[in-house]
Amino acid sequence: MKLFSIICLGFVSITCNTIYSQNKDLDESIKRGKDIYQDFCITCHMGNGEGLAGAFPPLAKSDFLMNNRAKSIHAIKYGLQGEVVVNGKKYNSVMASQGLTDDEVADVMNYITNSWGNKNEKIVTVKEVSEVKK
Amino acid sequence: MKKLIFIIPFITIALSACAQQTESSVKAEDPKTLSYTTEVVVSDIPIAWGLEFLPDGSMLITEKAGALIHFKDGVKTNITGAPEVYNRGQGGFLDIKLHPDYANNGWIYMTYASSEGEGTGGNTALMRAKLSGTSLTNQEVLYKAGPNTTRGQHFGSRIVFDNDGYLYFSAGERGDHFVNPQDLTKDNGKIYRLYDDGRIPEDNPFVNTPNAKKAIWSYGHRNPQGMIKHPITGEIWAHEHGPQGGDEINIVKKGKNYGWPVISYGINYDNTILTELTAKEGMEQPLFYWVPSIAPSGFAMVTSDKYPDWKGNLLVGSLKFGYVERLVLENNKVIKREKLFEGVGRVRNVVQAPDGFIYLGVEGKGIVKVIPN
Ligand code: HEC
Repeated sequence: MKLFSIICLGFVSITCNTIYSQNKDLDESIKRGKDIYQDFCITCHMGNGEGLAGAFPPLAKSDFLMNNRAKSIHAIKYGLQGEVVVNGKKYNSVMASQGLTDDEVADVMNYITNSWGNKNEKIVTVKEVSEVKK
Repeated sequence: MKKLIFIIPFITIALSACAQQTESSVKAEDPKTLSYTTEVVVSDIPIAWGLEFLPDGSMLITEKAGALIHFKDGVKTNITGAPEVYNRGQGGFLDIKLHPDYANNGWIYMTYASSEGEGTGGNTALMRAKLSGTSLTNQEVLYKAGPNTTRGQHFGSRIVFDNDGYLYFSAGERGDHFVNPQDLTKDNGKIYRLYDDGRIPEDNPFVNTPNAKKAIWSYGHRNPQGMIKHPITGEIWAHEHGPQGGDEINIVKKGKNYGWPVISYGINYDNTILTELTAKEGMEQPLFYWVPSIAPSGFAMVTSDKYPDWKGNLLVGSLKFGYVERLVLENNKVIKREKLFEGVGRVRNVVQAPDGFIYLGVEGKGIVKVIPN
């Protein structure tokens, strides 16, 4: 019995630990991602991710971003061109690749999917970004 | 207490009034009639940043990611030996310009983001080289701004020669506005003036200023991506990106301070105030400012006979709104603004070619020619 509780406790603490450290990783990634955003994205997608009507699609509450995780990573990594529909509105423009490293793409993804009303608890990892191929 | 509550709305109004920007004095209109249209003449170039015409009428096009494209008789050829570029954020292959005496000396000048030199990241560089067949040869790096940084913003950069053969080029402040533009001992946020071989002219304004970068011609710039020689006066005119609001056109004069970030008609992207000042003693006022911003890139003054109703007007590309802005001047004052070809795409470059036609670099398209309809 005693052994059982120790094992149980052990599991609980391991689980707690992973959740805790994942949140910590996520928080730190979001923090770094904010700097990347202000450096590389804000000129087009604007201060609150609202974009600019007719020119730059929003990231705040964007169905494209929140429902297409791999496609969004692909867009940030390699650029995006041609018609896209974001929240029912059509855009037909170009976003060039910003030349970010995989860890920077992960950070900025974690930031934009957790800002301005967006919520995403499943952290985007460097590994995940590296597996998105051209 | 009651009194205090009464005051609150006034304070709020007063505060928000501070954040209000004064819009441009002249608003951009849709054209009433337009006798010109656009035609794609070189397609499938992601970002045609710079454009120059060789004496045979063929084009040299810099593509931001690093390719130098020669377009002749309908065929695109990649030129080898182009500079190695640091393609990140707004940096990459930038402008290209022929020497005014190209016919005799063959020199071609290019600006680009380069990771050569001190620090990780990149910064703006100027190279000259000659074209031999499908290769560049005799490459010489004439200037490299430093130190490098991994920031994505503000490399400049346009190249212009004046009537006396001096070369001017711009380097933006690399996102470090409190550090670079007002400091003469640092690169970035500057327009530079050099001899065509890269030497520093003896009459540059800061040659005797201790520790100053001697190539500096003017400072306090943010990110100039349009620069021309005025076809009549020979002056150098440049426009630059402001932050949110506050793009400017300036006549670039020897040793002058254009004020960034001490004075600006713009505010930060998060809507906070960057500076309360729009004017200050010792700092130049722009010839014109844009609020809201159009994100200007590419600059031309129309002189050719192909567009009689545009003679003497300025054309400026708008990256943000995807049009070409036509500005009508009277005694160096903008009296009218018109939006041309709205929806054409992000306009990166505007050039009046030796054949008199206007050509645009449009992102996601390539080179677009403005023709009578
Ligand atoms: C030069 C302007 C510009 C910059 C800088 C820019 N974008 Fe974009 N972005 C666009 C445009 C334009 C589109 C739509 C492209 C199209 O029409 O195919 C877009 C689309 C997107 C999309 C998919 C559509 C949506 O709204 O959900 C995402 C995600 C995105 N951008 C993220 C970013 C991130 C992150 C950065 C910074 C690393 C960034 N962008 C930098 C202009 C820009």
